Amino acid sequence: MNPVWIILFAPLVAAALITVATRRWQLVSALLSIAAIVTGFGLALQLYFALDHGAAPLAPAAFQWLVIGKVVTIEFGATLDHLSVLMLLVVTGVGSAIHIYSLGYMKGDAGFSRFFACLSLFTFSMLGIVLANNFIQIFIFWELVGVSSYLLIGFWFEKPSAAEAGKKAFLVNRIGDFGMMLGILLLWTQTGTFNFAELPAKIAGIPAGALSLIAALIFCGAVGKSAQFPLHVWLPDAMEGPTPVSALIHAATMVAAGVYMLCRVSFLILPSDTALHLIAWIGGITAVMAATIAIAQNDIKRILAYSTLSQLGYMVMAVGLGGPTQAMFHLTTHAFFKALLFLCAGSVIIALHHEQDIWKMGGLWKKTPVTFVTFLIGTVALAGVPPFSGFYSKDQILLLAFDHNKALFVIAVLTAVLTAYYMGREVFVVFFGKPRDQHAYDHAHESPLVMTLPLVFLAVLSVIAGWGDKLPEFIAGTIEHEAHHPALLTTGLICVPVIGFLLAAAIYLKREPSDAPVKRVLGPVWTLVANKYYFDEVYLWIVKYVQGTIATTCELFDRWILQRLGIGGLAFGTDLLGRTVRRLQTGSIPGYAFLFGLGVTVIIYYVVVR
Amino acid sequence: MTSAISLNHYLWISGLLFALGIAGIVMRRNLLVIFMALEMNLNAANLALIAFSKFNKLVDGQVLVFFIIAIAAAEVAVGLAIIVALFRRKQTVSVTDLNSMRL
Repeated sequence: MNPVWIILFAPLVAAALITVATRRWQLVSALLSIAAIVTGFGLALQLYFALDHGAAPLAPAAFQWLVIGKVVTIEFGATLDHLSVLMLLVVTGVGSAIHIYSLGYMKGDAGFSRFFACLSLFTFSMLGIVLANNFIQIFIFWELVGVSSYLLIGFWFEKPSAAEAGKKAFLVNRIGDFGMMLGILLLWTQTGTFNFAELPAKIAGIPAGALSLIAALIFCGAVGKSAQFPLHVWLPDAMEGPTPVSALIHAATMVAAGVYMLCRVSFLILPSDTALHLIAWIGGITAVMAATIAIAQNDIKRILAYSTLSQLGYMVMAVGLGGPTQAMFHLTTHAFFKALLFLCAGSVIIALHHEQDIWKMGGLWKKTPVTFVTFLIGTVALAGVPPFSGFYSKDQILLLAFDHNKALFVIAVLTAVLTAYYMGREVFVVFFGKPRDQHAYDHAHESPLVMTLPLVFLAVLSVIAGWGDKLPEFIAGTIEHEAHHPALLTTGLICVPVIGFLLAAAIYLKREPSDAPVKRVLGPVWTLVANKYYFDEVYLWIVKYVQGTIATTCELFDRWILQRLGIGGLAFGTDLLGRTVRRLQTGSIPGYAFLFGLGVTVIIYYVVVR
Repeated sequence: MTSAISLNHYLWISGLLFALGIAGIVMRRNLLVIFMALEMNLNAANLALIAFSKFNKLVDGQVLVFFIIAIAAAEVAVGLAIIVALFRRKQTVSVTDLNSMRL
C-alpha cells in the first residue's frame, strides 16, 4: 500500500476504532489516535526527505470515485508535490505535538475518548484537503473539516456558549463555502474538468471576466475557512473549544487550509489582476483590523485568536500580491509558533484551574518557567524578531508588499508594530507584575511533562524553521535570488517589532499594569476596538431585520398563497366535486338499470346509425 | 298469396319484446318480476336469432339460441338462489328497500 494512503487513512481508522470499540478505555483511545498521527508524521518526513533529495515520490494512482453519466468523472487521488508534502509535514508534525499535549490537557474529562476520535476525524479531513487532486475532492474534505471543527468547538456542548460558537462557525463557513461551490461549478462549465493537473493547461481558454469571477468565488471559500474579513467573526468565538483544538484547528491547520487552497490553485488566481487585488486587500484589511482588535482583548485565548486572524490576513495578502511561496512559508512558521502560543496559553489556563482572564493572572513566570520561556519564544517568533522563524517569513511578505503595493506595505508594517505591541501586552500582563489573584497564584503549578515536551518541541521548531531559507526554497522547488532591497529598509524592518515591544513595555511592564493609560489616549477608538468594531452586533442586526423580514414575507406567502390558496383550494375543489357526484349514487336499482339501458342505447345508436 | 310474414315482422316483435323487458326491469319493484323481465330480453334476442337463421338459411343462429337457453337456465338457477338468499336476509324482494349501497 502506498504510504500516502496510510498517512491519509490511519487517522480515519483510528477515529472509527475509537468510536465503535475502545470508547471505554480512554488511554487506549488516546494512544490509537496518537499512533495514527505519529505514523503519518514519520511517513511524511520520509516523503519530505525523498523530495528534498530530488527524488519525486510516486503518487498513488487515482481511482474513479464518482461517475455521473458520461459527462462527469470525479477521481479520488493524491497530489504529491513540494506544496502538499510540506503541508502534510505541518499537519502531522504540529498535530502530533498537539495530540500528545491533549493527553495531559484533557485528563479526567468525561469525553476523553470522544475528543480523540474527533481529533482523528479532523486530522483525516485536513489531510484529505492537503492531498486532494481535484476540486470536488478538496470541497468534500473541506466540508468534512467544517464538520469536525463544529464537533470540536462544541466539544463541551453542555455549555450553551460552546454550542452556539460551534453553530456560528459552521453557519458562517457555509456562506463562504457556497461561493466556493459556485466557483467550482462555474470553472467546470468553462473547462469541463475538476482536476488540478489538467486545469492549468485549460485556463488560457477562459474569458478574463469569467476567470476573475471564478477566482473571486473560490476565494470566498478561503474567506470563510481562513476567517478573513468580513467572515472572520466565527474564529474568536471558536475559542470556546478546548485549547488543543484551538491550537490545532483554529491556529495551525484548518484556518490555514484556505491559504493552502489558494496556493494550490494559484494558477487560477495569478492571471487575474482583479482577483489578486481583491485578495490582497481583503488580506490587508483583515490583518490590520484583527491586530487593532487584539490590543483591547482580555481573554488569553482571544488575543491569540485575533492574532491568528491578523497573521492569516498576512498570508492571504501575500497570495494576493502574487507570492504563494511567501504565503506558504509564513503559514508553516505561523503553524509552529501559533500552535506553541496556544498550547502555552492552555498550560497557563490549566495552571490556574481554567482561568482565562489575563487580568487575573500576573507574575506567573516564577511558577511556570517552561511555559513562560516557550511562550516568550513563541511571542518573539510571532512578532518577527530575528533570528526567530517569524522574522524570516514576515520579512518576506513585507518586502513583497514593498515591491508591489506601497499602501499595503504601510498597512502591513503597522500590523507588525501592533503584533509586537499586543503580544508584549499579553506577556507582561500574564507573566510579569504582581500576582493579581493571590489565591490562584498560590495554587498555580507547572504542567506535567506530557504537556511541556510538546511545548519544547514546537519552541525549537519556532526558532529554527526560518533558518537558511530552507523552507522557501523547498516550497518554490528552486533557489531564487530575490532583488536586493535597500539596507535601510531591511534594517528598518528589524526595528519594527522592537518599537511595538518597547511601547508595550512602557505601558504594561509594571507591578500593577492596567489598560487605563491607553484608554485615556485612544478614547472612543478603544471602545470601538474593544467591541470588535461591532461586527457581531451589525450581523445580528442584519440577521434580525433583513433576513427576518425576508423570512416573514416567505412565511406569509407560504401560509396564505401556497397553503390556503394552493393546497387549501385544491382540497376544497376535490371535496366539492365529491359532494356533487355522490348524489348520482341513489342506490335505486331500477335507476341504475335505466341509466345502463340508456347508455347502451346511446352507444348502439352511435355505432349503428353514424 | 306469399307468406305475409317477413323478416321485418319478426324483428319488430323481437324489438317490442326487448323494449317490454327493459321497461319491466326499470319500472317494476319486485325483484322476481324484474328477473322475469330479464328472461324476456333473452327470449327477444332468441326470436331475432331464429328469424335470421330461418331467412338466411343458416343454422348458426339456432345453435346460438341453444346456448342462450342453456345459459339462461343456469342464470335462473343462480339468480333465484341469490333472490332466495336475499329474501332470507332482508325479508323483502322489493328493490326500493334494497339500497344499502347508497352513499
